[in-house]
Amino acid sequence: MSRHEIEVSNLRFSYPDGHEAIKNISFTICRGESVGIIGANGSGKSTLLSLIIGILFPDKGEVKVGDVPVTKKTLAVIRRKLGMVFQDSDDQLFMTTVFDDVAFGPRNYKLDENEVKARVEEALEMVGIPHLIDRAPFKLSGGEKRAAAIASVLSMKPDVLLMDEPTSGLDPKSRRRLINILKGFSHTKIIASHDLDMVLEICDRVIVLKDGEVAADETTLKVLTNGELLDKCGLELPLSLQKCPVCGMIK
Amino acid sequence: MSKVADSIYNIRLLDELARKNTSIHRLHPVSKLLTTIVYLIVVVSFNRYEISGLLPFVLYPMVIIILAELPVMPIFKRLLMVGPLIIGIGILNPLFDPRGWITFASIIIKSVLTITACLVLVSTTGLDKIAQALRTLKVPNIFVLQLLLTFRYISVLIEELARMLRAYALRAPQQKGVRLKDCGSFVGLLLLRTYDRAQRVYDSMKLRGFNGEYYSYSKSKITWKDVLYLLAWSTFFITARVYNIPVLLGLLFGRMCN
Repeated sequence: MSRHEIEVSNLRFSYPDGHEAIKNISFTICRGESVGIIGANGSGKSTLLSLIIGILFPDKGEVKVGDVPVTKKTLAVIRRKLGMVFQDSDDQLFMTTVFDDVAFGPRNYKLDENEVKARVEEALEMVGIPHLIDRAPFKLSGGEKRAAAIASVLSMKPDVLLMDEPTSGLDPKSRRRLINILKGFSHTKIIASHDLDMVLEICDRVIVLKDGEVAADETTLKVLTNGELLDKCGLELPLSLQKCPVCGMIK
Repeated sequence: MSKVADSIYNIRLLDELARKNTSIHRLHPVSKLLTTIVYLIVVVSFNRYEISGLLPFVLYPMVIIILAELPVMPIFKRLLMVGPLIIGIGILNPLFDPRGWITFASIIIKSVLTITACLVLVSTTGLDKIAQALRTLKVPNIFVLQLLLTFRYISVLIEELARMLRAYALRAPQQKGVRLKDCGSFVGLLLLRTYDRAQRVYDSMKLRGFNGEYYSYSKSKITWKDVLYLLAWSTFFITARVYNIPVLLGLLFGRMCN
């Protein structure tokens, strides 16, 4: 088995309307790595995640998870290994209780009901919301919903977590809680986000996308301290690396 | 506009009620479903000029509402929502049939009874479990799934609608509702947006291993209580169908008075 968890080679993808969202992207991600995918709006972050997990299929090139290429035939295997947390938690929570929602995946894999229960409890424990188990998902706050959505993926015990804007729409405390939770995970993580401070804290490596191409693929610190590169790609330095607005000093 | 948002909560209310834990809620879904089906068939089988025979059937929804501690008003309100439809179906009867008012009344009574029975079933069982019961009774998966997903995602449609109406109303403060000339693009956009949303929800289901079969609860076994429940009610329904209980009671009291 290869050491690479995910291998993306010469990937190209156009939407049916002709818009070329991904133009020749290649990279590999190793086991246990935390990789941030950053870029301006419309740079292809969400499309790339969809291609990796097989919601979309590339026009050219290939994505491999372990040694298995992502094709329609291998989707069942791929999706047991990869878990994706959507940008809008409401897309992911559709059952009547948090329990049923988190149990949805394990039940689809026909696990024994006791095992399902154990997995649900474990997943909720990991994201710190075991007390919400019997609540209706649509009545939760934004932060609780996000935690429940993450739990609904964790219950399937994926090797890799893909996240699309995990901190968007969260208040500062919920965001901090989420960052701490994510830092505690040993999974391979791929996080597409605009929240560069979060990326700075969680990820060891960053891939910068610009107009569907890789503009940089370096260690987090190297990329996020490069003001010129970030500016060119429609981004700016993380707030924590900018000058202090009061005294003008670099923090 | 708030009415649209309210309706989301209204839809979910039945689901919420289904999560109570009373003796009725604890019964096996198959038993409750079959009881309801027997009830529906018996009520509908009455002749269109028969009214008195239908009266004992009020007992079933009443008993369940009391035992399951269901709130009466929300169920009554839902009943009213279907009101115009029922009246629409029956309103012409009095014009064409000399005994039309009787058939009209019979249609109304039958509708009220059958709809209440269905509402009571949903609010004591929940749609997930009804679907599971239907699967146990070998109803094809495609129908069950259709029913389940429609119920689940109608709220997605309403949420999109509420959002669009809000955006529209804020930029058109001086008018009520959506202007007719904007309706076309409004409805078209709503369709596209809900389609997109449904696609995302479907993606998230597929990613978690969904392959067309919906597993929503651990199957419990049917106990003698469930069988007894079904048999007792069915016996009552059939007896009330064969014998006109109100007339019999009337005769009995008549004799006692004489």
